[in-house]
Amino acid sequence: MALLKVTSPHAHKGHSTAQLMRLVILATLPGFLALVWFFGVGVVFNVALACLACVGFEALAIKLRGRPVMFYLRDYSALVTGVLLGLSLPPYCPWWIVVVGSLCAIILAKQLYGGMGFNPFNPAMVAYVILLISFPVEMTQWAAPSTLLEAGQTLPGISDSLQKIWAGVPIDGYTAATPLDIMKQNNSLLVADVYANEPAFNTGTLAGAGWEWANIGFLIGGLFLLSQRVFTWHAPVSMLIALTVMATLFHDGGSSSSGGSPLFHLLSGATMLGAFFIVTDPVSSAVSKKGRIIYGAAIGVLVFVIRHWGNYPDALAFSVLLLNFAAPFIDYYTLPRTYGHAKARRATEKEE
Amino acid sequence: MTSLIRIRDIPGGIHPPEHKDQSLRLPLGSVPLPPQLVVPVSQHIGEPATPVVSVGERVLTGQLIAAANGVFSANIHAPSSGTVIAVEDRMLTHPSGMSDTCIVIETDGKDEWIPLQPCEDYHALDKAALQEKIRLAGVAGLGGAGFPTAVKLNPRSTEVIDTLIINGAECEPYITADDMLMQTRADEIIAGTLMISHLLHEPKDLIIGLEDNKPKALAALQKAAEGTRVQVVEFPTKYPSGGAKQIIQILTGREIPTDHHSAYIGVICLNVGTVAAAWRAVRYGEPLISRITTVVGETLEIQRNVEVRIGTPIDFVLAQHGFDAKKASRLIMGGPMMGFTLPSPSVPVIKTTNCILAPTLKELPPPAPAQACIRCGLCADACPASLLPQQLFWYAQAEDMEKLQAHNLFDCIECGACSYVCPSNIPLVQYYRAAKGSIRQHEQEKEKSDRSRRRFEFRQQRIAKEEAEKEAKRLARKQAAEEAKQKLAEKAAAAAPAPQAEVVAEAVAKARAVQQTPEEQQAKLERILAAARNSLEHAQQPLVPNEEGAVITQEQLEKQQARIKQAELKVSEAEKKLADFMATQNNSTAAPADTPAPANDPVAAAIARAQAKLSMSPEEKLRSTLESLQTRLAKAQEKANAAKAEGSPTADALQQGVEKLQQKIADTEAELAQLAPAASEANAPSAEQHAAEAAIEKAKAKAAALATMSEEEKRAEQLKSVETRLQKARERLAKAEADNDPNIEAFRNGVVKLEEKHRELQDA
Repeated sequence: MALLKVTSPHAHKGHSTAQLMRLVILATLPGFLALVWFFGVGVVFNVALACLACVGFEALAIKLRGRPVMFYLRDYSALVTGVLLGLSLPPYCPWWIVVVGSLCAIILAKQLYGGMGFNPFNPAMVAYVILLISFPVEMTQWAAPSTLLEAGQTLPGISDSLQKIWAGVPIDGYTAATPLDIMKQNNSLLVADVYANEPAFNTGTLAGAGWEWANIGFLIGGLFLLSQRVFTWHAPVSMLIALTVMATLFHDGGSSSSGGSPLFHLLSGATMLGAFFIVTDPVSSAVSKKGRIIYGAAIGVLVFVIRHWGNYPDALAFSVLLLNFAAPFIDYYTLPRTYGHAKARRATEKEE
Repeated sequence: MTSLIRIRDIPGGIHPPEHKDQSLRLPLGSVPLPPQLVVPVSQHIGEPATPVVSVGERVLTGQLIAAANGVFSANIHAPSSGTVIAVEDRMLTHPSGMSDTCIVIETDGKDEWIPLQPCEDYHALDKAALQEKIRLAGVAGLGGAGFPTAVKLNPRSTEVIDTLIINGAECEPYITADDMLMQTRADEIIAGTLMISHLLHEPKDLIIGLEDNKPKALAALQKAAEGTRVQVVEFPTKYPSGGAKQIIQILTGREIPTDHHSAYIGVICLNVGTVAAAWRAVRYGEPLISRITTVVGETLEIQRNVEVRIGTPIDFVLAQHGFDAKKASRLIMGGPMMGFTLPSPSVPVIKTTNCILAPTLKELPPPAPAQACIRCGLCADACPASLLPQQLFWYAQAEDMEKLQAHNLFDCIECGACSYVCPSNIPLVQYYRAAKGSIRQHEQEKEKSDRSRRRFEFRQQRIAKEEAEKEAKRLARKQAAEEAKQKLAEKAAAAAPAPQAEVVAEAVAKARAVQQTPEEQQAKLERILAAARNSLEHAQQPLVPNEEGAVITQEQLEKQQARIKQAELKVSEAEKKLADFMATQNNSTAAPADTPAPANDPVAAAIARAQAKLSMSPEEKLRSTLESLQTRLAKAQEKANAAKAEGSPTADALQQGVEKLQQKIADTEAELAQLAPAASEANAPSAEQHAAEAAIEKAKAKAAALATMSEEEKRAEQLKSVETRLQKARERLAKAEADNDPNIEAFRNGVVKLEEKHRELQDA
């Protein structure tokens, strides 16, 4: 009788990493559907292409590193990166944008650092920022939501979209300024007037047509993940609270120099996608509960600062990357108080 | 009974499937006596017990077979009557599979007990006697750690115990041994609790705590506790609430500070089984020879709790329960969370065996391959000690000892909750155990090297101190010498402005020197000679390599030879001086003939002579010397003749003196003839050279002899020489004592030193 000699514990239960990743992908569904509904099939192509490219690059990198390809692909992490990158890119952008983004995300931001678990930065955000800085024209042409379309005009069809994506055949008038752009450009109208006059706002209800629903979709997905205990509430909630507090402080009573209402900030741009799918990325965030609260709050503050005073209309990717840098530092000073210790220690304590 | 105890929650924790039903369906069973009992002498934390029986001896049930080795140990008793057939190393019930001394008893089936000493009323005993009874019975923590119970029941006098917690939580899946014990022997547990309370000076709270998944045990305990101070408290089921630290936190809200025992915060925590065993030890005088164990797992036909004798081989127990070896994947002692896999099924049941788990492959599948840590933090949420397991894992992989300790690795209780929840199947606890082990080892090594470094530094310090002292002495001597010189110069300058002054001073000094008794001078010279010989001997000693294995270099050899030569020169010089002195002494013995009544003031006489000399030309000087010598010779001759005629013992010496004088006269005449003052010098150096050469030859011969001698012979040679020297030194000392010599102390020291050396050589 060959007895197994292993150390305790002998029992194991709980989600596997792959299950967690599948849950994350599943939870993007409401937001994804909202984006497709308002911006058309371009979103589907983006996500599909990004997923394909990411998995392809992941397989290539693992193969080159001489590791078992299927073992690593089965953790679904590349797929998650693909989905998140696909969701953040402008619909109908050229195919090579998506592929270059995937390459940056998987090869540059992830595999060069040692693969899953070792990347200091969120791969999708690294890719997004590289693309935004390298190809600003392609990256700032957002499709107009369906509510903005004039009578008789429809969202680009499948063949139009494919031609646009693969051959660069232009589509007439499919782009429009995003609510964040409009709010940033505005320096003469009261916020209330903006809401009343701008079609991007007056065809929506809370924070701009289309965007508000996409954000609500991601919020629903995030709450689902929270209920599944895929992550803890600390980072996303503190980020949203910090953003709300900043927006409230600088709302300025809705004057022409206002940054917009708290609700506007919560439901526009990448706020909810970021709060529940990017900020919660465990690999690149702080580890302790206290650390995650600080991490999330700092991202929330930075998002508002860059949106309001910076040059870019949205700021999530930059904020997340900046805090990825800071995460190890936060970790050093936010160890929890261990049983039997009067107070929490610092990770730097033993260093002389 | 509603309790007054407030239940607190612990951080973290998990809810694994309990699997407790299957072993509770059957009543408590028993296992027949096996043909052989294998009883390890180390079943507890602390020193192994020392066997007190020999092979072939017949032992009775409950007889002491291995005695506790010190306080931190426990007695071991024969679990049944029979014959000791071996006291040998057998594989232990330990994850490592290591072997240690076991006492093997071939049972005779009679189970004949030794006479027991029951105690009807423990209140009649004093506390020390009560504690001794528990100690003698070999009771050790039955919950799993095996901590000697008597030690726990004897807290420091500064630690006031206000809470006694009896741990019946049994939070591990599968295990129901304590549950069964509480159901069937609740009265023993309550009685034991009261007894230990008495022993601990009646703490304020007596609490039996158990998880709320044991309603039958709770009811039985509550019934038994009616009318007593004991509070039976249940709390929500959550692993690992049964850990001592955790149950204390749940029931009191207190945390044991790291590096302390629970008594530090006024709490003693004992397992229910331990309490029952302690009670039986006092009430019935029964030593700990059996325990209740859960035998469970899908590979068994019968799953239940059994009372089993310590030492029963586990495969024997399994065979009694229809064990299907083909289905088994592993055998675990303890539960699935903290138990360990058995190295072999034949190891025995020991005092801490609370469960034997024989699962199928399906029940506890082999661990899946580990994936990368994604730092999801599920482990941190599950950790009851509020650690960051993902960070510990990271630093354990990096072997960053400092970071591991800063992250409180040593507060990890190895409960396994983190590994249980890890989505990447990382065996976290295994990493922590390994890291703890290497840190401990590292610290031990560090301590060792620190110790030797301190020793080295101390030695360096001591040497430096000695050097400094020597240097200080040297400086003092130098200063004294300079001062003396200066004084002399001043004196000389003051005494005479003319160059004569120096000559006068010299003469004065010489005369003063002469004033020293000859014995003193001789002793001094002999001392110098002895010292010179000593250093020669030292220099001749064979070279010892600085370090083991090092080779003696050519350079070292040359240095040694140089040292030997120098020493030889010194010896010859000293020998010559002594010889000269002896000669002058002979002269001076003759001198009295020259000046029968030695000048009352030889200094004045010398001054007069010197001054007279100064005023003479060299030729005149020589002449006057010659004259005086001739007078002296005549007188000496006279004296010698007289002595010869009388047969005086000094005759020879006097004759020698005469000869010397004759020689001197001849020399002076020659000098005078040549008027070359260097004439006399030519003689002296050649004589000196000759002496030195002889000494060198002698020393060389000795060194050569030493080199060819074996270690043994060398020692014998040295011993002999030391003995001779010692003999001489003793004689000299005796003489000095007789003469009441002022240097007697120095002689005595010399003898003592030689004696020491002699002893050393003899010892070697």
